[in-house]
Amino acid sequence: MSDATGSPAAQKRSAWSRLPIVHQLRQSIGLQRGMLIAGLTITTLFVLTAIFAPVLAPYGFSQLRGADGAFGAQQPPGGAHPLGTTVGGYDVLSRVLWGAQTALFVIVVAVLLSIFAGVFLGLVSGYFGGWLDRISVVVSDAVYAFPSLLLAIVISIVISGGKSNLIGGVLAAAISITVVFIPQYFRVIRAETVRIKAEAYVESARVLGAGSGRIMFRHVFRNATRTLPLILTLNSSEAILTLAGLGYLGFGIEPTAAAEWGYDLNKALSDVTSGIWWTSLFPGLAIVLVVLGITLVGESLNDLADPRLRGRRAVGQTAGVVAQTSVVPGGTLVAGPGGLGGREGAATHPTDGLEDRP
Amino acid sequence: MTTVTTRSPSPRATGRTKRPASESGIGRYILIRFLLIFPTIFILVSMVFWLMRTTGDPITAALGGRLGPEQLAERIQAAGYDRPIFVQYVEYLGQVFTGNFGTTISTNRPVAEILLTYGVATFELVCYALLVAFIVGIPLGMVAAYWRDKPADAFLRVFAILCYATPVFFSGLLFKLVFAVYLDVLPVSGRASTGSELQMQLLPNKTGLYTIDAIMTGDPGVLADVLEHAVLPALTLGLLTAGIFLRLVRTNVIGTLGTDYVDAARSRGVSEFRLVRKHAYRPALIPIITVIGLQIALLLGGAVLTETTFEWKGLGFILSEFLRARDFVAVQGIVALLAVIVALSNFVVDIIAALIDPRVRY
Repeated sequence: MSDATGSPAAQKRSAWSRLPIVHQLRQSIGLQRGMLIAGLTITTLFVLTAIFAPVLAPYGFSQLRGADGAFGAQQPPGGAHPLGTTVGGYDVLSRVLWGAQTALFVIVVAVLLSIFAGVFLGLVSGYFGGWLDRISVVVSDAVYAFPSLLLAIVISIVISGGKSNLIGGVLAAAISITVVFIPQYFRVIRAETVRIKAEAYVESARVLGAGSGRIMFRHVFRNATRTLPLILTLNSSEAILTLAGLGYLGFGIEPTAAAEWGYDLNKALSDVTSGIWWTSLFPGLAIVLVVLGITLVGESLNDLADPRLRGRRAVGQTAGVVAQTSVVPGGTLVAGPGGLGGREGAATHPTDGLEDRP
Repeated sequence: MTTVTTRSPSPRATGRTKRPASESGIGRYILIRFLLIFPTIFILVSMVFWLMRTTGDPITAALGGRLGPEQLAERIQAAGYDRPIFVQYVEYLGQVFTGNFGTTISTNRPVAEILLTYGVATFELVCYALLVAFIVGIPLGMVAAYWRDKPADAFLRVFAILCYATPVFFSGLLFKLVFAVYLDVLPVSGRASTGSELQMQLLPNKTGLYTIDAIMTGDPGVLADVLEHAVLPALTLGLLTAGIFLRLVRTNVIGTLGTDYVDAARSRGVSEFRLVRKHAYRPALIPIITVIGLQIALLLGGAVLTETTFEWKGLGFILSEFLRARDFVAVQGIVALLAVIVALSNFVVDIIAALIDPRVRY
């Protein structure tokens, strides 16, 4: 994996300790380790809930009546409904649990699609350069600077015409989020590709007669993707927020198709004024918890990759391996000397003061 | 500010020439940066146009269920949606260039007029939110940097992540539940109560910015009412950004605390507190300015959700109304305008950043 940065220390470590998360867990200390472990625990719980939702949930997500008649609308928590029922007469607990499944599905589809599209475009654009590269950069910068929620709204109008049906609604949400994320992967991979293209080993491969395709996917790709786990975590949390935002604005998934937290919150909006708290509190807490968990993981990984932010004990051990793995390659968090590169209106993400200096 | 930058040991800063050279540099930078606005706006407007049109014409989308096929065809022809799409595209670009964003289908009003009326309210909300973000984010960020890796820092970092992790509509709902329903100290929604709104309507030259209008009425009751209504929405949207500012200030102050000139100050016996407050803090604020520009996009997205939650009659509120009415001409217009706003504000922020920090310039 690390042809470019193969220090003796890196090669000595076992395959187990070089696995992305395990490596960071061992590297971290104190507070950072605590944050990473907390994040991993929450994320694992979320994934497990999503997978076992059919077993865990007492009712189906679109179930309106049980063995003893209809659930009734806006029932307070207790008895057969530990978290109460919604204004539409659904069981809140069941919808929160099933919502995890929808969220996970959307994250996986959105992140996978945007990784494939973004990485491919970034590789091609960065490797070949020229006018195609310039146009792609301008377009991706423009898209990147645009409010992602609005873009997602437009895309979801295109895909589902603003209506949502079974799988269509879920897919539409996932694809809307994908389009928003492609520029992020594109920018990172492109910047890495441009950097790696100039490395001696790429030159050597070309001298040996390797074709463009081989160089791109064998030499450049495998070295350009080191930062992906980081962006992936940051994007997953954003995917949930965008999905919930879409749902909240009425572009989500119909309650009969799947459970979606944003949609439930939208329906709970009118409950709040009459003091009904359980319909909004629980789906909202579910969103917060999942985003918190994933962000904690992402944040810890980001800090551990940046020698200036990493806990002190670990600095000596691994500095050689993770030399340039900030979210944005060459990214810098300091305001001090050399901190602010010439940036042209491109947007960074709501995560940090990471700046793009291609 | 200048004292700080000249003292910093950057090789570029020491090699800086006299005033005239840097002045022509900034002129060139502004020009290039200004020219870059146009492709950005062009790309975004075109993208929105083509995406929205792939779904079909907006008249069928809005009125499809309610009118017969003949009437529909008539309306489509009258609006010119039966012409080749490329002709419509060129025409649309021309219209946008002259500030004409079309006419809404559901209410038959010019989109530009709607944008003006409601845009002011959004602007007011965003200003309030930025105020909250500054007041909360910057001091707390410094506190976190000062007690780096201590419990206070851990707590503040989790707080910052929570700010980001909580969707604005959820925090808005919670605030409403606690402060408006249970404690009943703040109004549930809207920008002002009906009485105050009436009083402000009577003003001869009203601005639409309720805070200013309320001051102009000269009635402290109206002003108090307007401010009361603004508290919860401003907190909701402001905390989202406050979390980002907190993190940014923290990392930047930690970064500057490690620089040579801070070390030099420390060796002169300057206290750690004074180092954070006087030496490390000001250069750490420069990136904040850049980041505000980047936050405009996030703030506008958040404003849509906040306004929906609090029935704050701004662009986001009206956008969700139009979405519900399936009036895609209006949606397209609002989205296109927001694209223009984002591009322009990024431009302004970049210029400010360049004026403050000479290293940004080309």
